[in-house]
Amino acid sequence: MSGEVRVYGGWRDDLGLKVIPTRRLARDVYEVFIGPQHPGSGHMRIIIRVDGDVIVEADPDIGYVHRTMEKLGEIRGWIKPIPLFERMAIHDACNITLPYVRAVEKLMGVEAPLRAKYLRVLLCEINRIAAHLYGFAIFGVFLGHSTMYMWAMGDREVFIQLAEELTGARLTHSYPIPGGVRRDIPQGFPDMARRAVKYMRKRLEEYRKIFLDNPVIRSRLEDVGVIPKRLAAELGIVGPNARGSGIQYDVRIIEPYEVYDELDFEVPVYTEGDALARTYVRVEEIRQSLRIIEQVVEWLEKKPREPIVDESIYKKYPPLHKKILESQGRAKLLPWMATMKVPAGRAIGRGETGRGEIIYYVESDGGMNPYRVRIVTPSARNAIAFKYALPGHRVMDLPAIYGSLDYFPPEADR
Amino acid sequence: MSGAELVEGPRDYEATLKAARARAESALREAGISFSVEEGKGFVDLVVDVDSIVKAAEALKNAGFTHVVSVTAVDYPKKKSIKVAYHVTSYLDPEIVGGIVGLAVYLPREAPEMPSLSGVWVSAEFMEREVYEFFGVTFKGHPDLRPLLLIPELAEKRPLRKDFVVREESIYEGVPERVRRG
Repeated sequence: MSGEVRVYGGWRDDLGLKVIPTRRLARDVYEVFIGPQHPGSGHMRIIIRVDGDVIVEADPDIGYVHRTMEKLGEIRGWIKPIPLFERMAIHDACNITLPYVRAVEKLMGVEAPLRAKYLRVLLCEINRIAAHLYGFAIFGVFLGHSTMYMWAMGDREVFIQLAEELTGARLTHSYPIPGGVRRDIPQGFPDMARRAVKYMRKRLEEYRKIFLDNPVIRSRLEDVGVIPKRLAAELGIVGPNARGSGIQYDVRIIEPYEVYDELDFEVPVYTEGDALARTYVRVEEIRQSLRIIEQVVEWLEKKPREPIVDESIYKKYPPLHKKILESQGRAKLLPWMATMKVPAGRAIGRGETGRGEIIYYVESDGGMNPYRVRIVTPSARNAIAFKYALPGHRVMDLPAIYGSLDYFPPEADR
Repeated sequence: MSGAELVEGPRDYEATLKAARARAESALREAGISFSVEEGKGFVDLVVDVDSIVKAAEALKNAGFTHVVSVTAVDYPKKKSIKVAYHVTSYLDPEIVGGIVGLAVYLPREAPEMPSLSGVWVSAEFMEREVYEFFGVTFKGHPDLRPLLLIPELAEKRPLRKDFVVREESIYEGVPERVRRG
């Protein structure tokens, strides 16, 4: 191969961290195509150029699972995009659709009742844990640690069953709707949730022993894939990846939505910026989500049941629907919602999913369809990190960095 | 591994947005750039002229807006224009952290072209490629302007423009109405 090769890296190290320097190459640069059928990489390709086995340039080639979310969002009314959008990250379904629902609510001028807000937070946190465990499982495979894969995938099942008990669906729950949620907690749910919390706390301790404190894992993650704070801010990466680089940012704190400002939880930040720091952030987040679940379940148990949809929508319910809502805690979608019109305007809805901040820009011209839905998912924003974090590392480190970024192609491609 | 720090909060987003807006407006005024304001729920768009957008972006960057959260393009065939808004915010400035301000331009729909801002905000690099493939907006000076998600043949059709109509598919398509109804 000839021609000039652009070399990235060499960012100023403002945290006193070790950044592996790269140098311009004279000869023998090979191009390696990783993916899209790579075991574990899943539906994306990274084109890397290597000198020996040091990566000098990386080009994330994404789009293999693009499903035209933004275009379909413009032609299917206001309600149908909810089950559509959650297909971007099915194991994080509530987190990923809630910001859209909130943007539509802002335009409609409705607000979910307090009980519905607690229910939303409950499912969001269950999803967050499940999403992190899924990430751990894949990460385990990337590093050749198949026990971690089995354990995390198996423990994820606990939270999927919890979500199923709450919503009736294991993955694509379509739970939040404009003005409320679709189900209240069933009998016996609080006890189930407490058992799950207790179990997971115990398991996290075991994860620490077998994975986080494992010398092999640590040597593969420590000081690998370092993203200094300044670079993280420049790239605009989100979620645990940003918080692993010392960025003080979480949408639940910055723009507290639903009832996050009433709950007692912490958002941990690590300053190392390496693959291990990103992993630690996720572990700590699972711990915090467990705390939130405990508080929310207690609140839901103590407070009397009330309608879980907005007053203005509840008023339009026919008697049968009201009866079902009161006796079974199930809110039916009314037929007029399929063809409803939303007042003209523009709104941005955002939330913190398991992988970071998601943004929906929703514009209405007063019609039956959104005029424009712009979606920026966390993985879409993290994709750029491959280009700037990989150069300077050995090919061996690529799976470790990829796994630590918790990149999810269907979410990034939209 | 160092002990974890914590994100301080909760914060009041309305106050943050107000501060971010004031910061952005004064930065543009100081740079001598005229702009108009378009209100939104949860953000604000400052519309500038396409000739002054690079200067405006530099002014915002210097005022503390570290990165782009979304390059949002909207097609308005009736007005014969495409709006491109760079929704930016800050990670590092505690006063405006998370407040979303949009730096927007209206481009002619026929030949939309504007200077790339990925030189100012690296985080815009991939998003500009997205706007390029879906709307056909050319970003002058972009280091690597090619489709991101679509194959080139599909990108040629500019699928997010309003005149790209998604055809409803049906197994009964083409069967005359009277046959279908029996």
